[in-house]
Amino acid sequence: MTGSLTKGILSWGTYLPYRRLDRTTIVAVAGTGGGKGHRTVASFDEDATTMGVEAARAAMASAGDVVPNTLWFSTVAVPYLDKTNATTIHAALRLHSDVAAYDAVGSVKSAVGAIRVGLSSDAPTLVVSSDLRYGLPGSGDEAAGGDGAAALLLGSADDGPLLAEFIGRGVATEEFLDRWRVPGENRSKSWEERFGETRYAALAPAAWAAALQSTGLRASDIDHLVVTGTHDRANTNVARSLGTRTDALVDSLAVTVGNTGAAHPGLLLASALEHAQPEQVIALVVLADGVEVLLFRTTDAIATFTPTRTVEAQVVAHGTITYGRYLAWRGLLTVEPPRRPEPARPSATASGRSREWKFGFVGSVDSEGEVHLPPSRLDSERRAMAEAHGTIVTYTVDKLSYSLNPPVVFAVVDFDGGGRLPIELTDVDAAEVEIGGRVEMTFRKLFTADGIHNYFWKARPIRGEHTDKGAS
Amino acid sequence: MASHGIKNRVAIIGMGCTRFTEHWDKGLDDLLIDASTLAFQSAGVTKQDIDAYWFGTAQSAMSGIALARPLGLEGKPVTRVENYCATGSEALRQACYAVASGAYDSAMAIGAEKVKDSGMQGLNAFPVPNDGTARTLTAAAMFSMVVPAYAQKYCVDRGELKRVLARIASKNHANGAKNPLAQFRKEMSVNQLCAMPAVAGDLSVFDCAGVADGAAAAIVVRAEDAHRYTDKPLYVKALSMVAGNGSGLMDRAYDYTTFPEIVLCAQDAYAQAGITDPRTELAMAEVHDCFTPTELVLMEDLGFCPRGTAWSEINAGAFDLDGDLPVNPDGGLKSFGHPTGASGLRMMYEAWLQLRGEAPIERRISTYGKRHLALTHNLGGYPGEMVSFVSILGTERE
Repeated sequence: MTGSLTKGILSWGTYLPYRRLDRTTIVAVAGTGGGKGHRTVASFDEDATTMGVEAARAAMASAGDVVPNTLWFSTVAVPYLDKTNATTIHAALRLHSDVAAYDAVGSVKSAVGAIRVGLSSDAPTLVVSSDLRYGLPGSGDEAAGGDGAAALLLGSADDGPLLAEFIGRGVATEEFLDRWRVPGENRSKSWEERFGETRYAALAPAAWAAALQSTGLRASDIDHLVVTGTHDRANTNVARSLGTRTDALVDSLAVTVGNTGAAHPGLLLASALEHAQPEQVIALVVLADGVEVLLFRTTDAIATFTPTRTVEAQVVAHGTITYGRYLAWRGLLTVEPPRRPEPARPSATASGRSREWKFGFVGSVDSEGEVHLPPSRLDSERRAMAEAHGTIVTYTVDKLSYSLNPPVVFAVVDFDGGGRLPIELTDVDAAEVEIGGRVEMTFRKLFTADGIHNYFWKARPIRGEHTDKGAS
Repeated sequence: MASHGIKNRVAIIGMGCTRFTEHWDKGLDDLLIDASTLAFQSAGVTKQDIDAYWFGTAQSAMSGIALARPLGLEGKPVTRVENYCATGSEALRQACYAVASGAYDSAMAIGAEKVKDSGMQGLNAFPVPNDGTARTLTAAAMFSMVVPAYAQKYCVDRGELKRVLARIASKNHANGAKNPLAQFRKEMSVNQLCAMPAVAGDLSVFDCAGVADGAAAAIVVRAEDAHRYTDKPLYVKALSMVAGNGSGLMDRAYDYTTFPEIVLCAQDAYAQAGITDPRTELAMAEVHDCFTPTELVLMEDLGFCPRGTAWSEINAGAFDLDGDLPVNPDGGLKSFGHPTGASGLRMMYEAWLQLRGEAPIERRISTYGKRHLALTHNLGGYPGEMVSFVSILGTERE
């Protein structure tokens, strides 16, 4: 693989939901389970698609002029069957209709498969992986799991400066039953832990050796080793067995995030890239119904690449959630619904006509330069507003409105550069909202009715941005 | 092009209004029959004497048939109208214009709403199929945004403003307590109201209009025919209507301390009626106090007092029953209740009683006998996106 045929990573983006569950709070309620540290929890208005949109937006924001030719989306927590989920992400990113969008969903392994497909494609490919990890109350999966998303923009040096070149791979595929879940269930089951552990231990050496052999590298040449997969103990043991330097192992984020399933290979690869210097080798090892090894070498370009937001920064910026509310959000605790009429299902035809607004958050500009949200048919110019930041002009807290997570916090937002919209806030505690507060837009699921997920945008506080409060 | 109005060309010669309450034992048909019967009796006419009907209901029924069937009307033109919470006023506006045009000698406007059959508290609009991106905030929350905006703009302490809002509610409760047709007939002190828990912004349930079933009706004829029916007709001096275009929701200059649609609507109504100083010329006003901050802002938007002074005027009692411009002497939406399609006509019913000296003495306005014009103001929608209606009615045809 030389010259223009060299494939690799053009950009990446990650997304960790704002809320964290303190694992030590689980046992008091469930009577068992829990553990140390925190796991990430997708908000009541998030699913794999919305988190995927957030990661993909971050990747595209750092991608310069590169436009993907194909979008792949992977998750186990799939919002729709039959209907493609990737098309929602496609719409939120405002990709042109000649960009293909496909799902590779259902298994954890599908995510690394999509990365492989992207790395063998002739044109730029955006690979989005996202997951919500479920488990029954008190289970190991509940505590060890996490929610999050990652997006990798893959392509060749012809498409743009590669931040890391794809230099080799190894594969070992085998049918064996370690973990499984029947469609519709909210928990996975697993065979005796020792069985999977021994299968991964047996398969890893061949894949690892094949990858090293294809590059002429030795294990000690690896600067950053990511080992992740569906079997936590196997991950730990395989990582120790590969012969890499002890300082090479990349933090699995088990204590701060949890294992985000299909999203975890991308998330940890991004984390490794964020810590890597130029000319370093990163090994991504995924243990999921076999073993996949992908080797990358960073380039000089990585020194000047700035991710939209780092994994580290997202680990720091978070709010907490009680275990009770976590269970309610997950549908594991049935709480009293709002005593208001349930929202009607959104119309497919109306949603189709307003695709740009509903999914892409595109407004319009009139002849005098005023921005209209939603767009007016009387205006000829369109303006994409999803990346605009705004300031809270006034706000209210509504305990009467229908919500799956009352009260509704709602603000009138003035956007930098023009445009005003009264819109719901999310990832926010009512007490922290103030006039002059700064917000950014985030893609969410407002509700689900008749099985139709009603996707649209909300605003959320910008965490950590310097704000001039009171400035107009 | 101009808004000429129909001053002194049409008169109300009879009115009727049911009690506004949770009518568990009455359906829409019952309410329509009750209100129309009272109006027919008031005018001394029968249903055959009325040439055309305008029936306002926001969401209790569709089409004129919903009135023609319970009343047993035969071969009459019946039009159902809807304009959010200003629906009842819109029915009267259409009936008046029909008579003023010469198309009919007489017409009835009737508004009704049966809201307490839904099984849910509050008002619940039926959903029009849409793309799912529309705001789902309650009206209470939308109007609650007036409070911090007003406090900030006019440097009123939030605690002080809360007491001002409670004073509005307390006044309307006091008036409603004296009104046998009102939904809530209990006086509430400012301290009691301030102690209520907030449900939307700073607003408690007691800052919100009562949700009730009810109906009200008016019969109108040509002004020159009015004295054939009554010695004390109410002449229509102005009917003004403005539908906002929703730009307030997008306009960065809009600051939530005023409702521009209402300012325009009031200006038009005063021009039609020839009013230059509403504060001293009006005997009373019935205004759309759907939430207490709405009434606060309306005092300024309707020109009853200068910008930034409504809160202090309210504190001084200017709009009390014994103040110099009584506002909502019947208890308002707050205390009389708010069956959406009926409310605009209910406001006119109070003007009908007060200007003709038929309101009971304990509820009589301070201006009775001294001034002879009443204003009704009815709105629908939200700050930034509303329809507004203003009428001026008077006892003198000069």
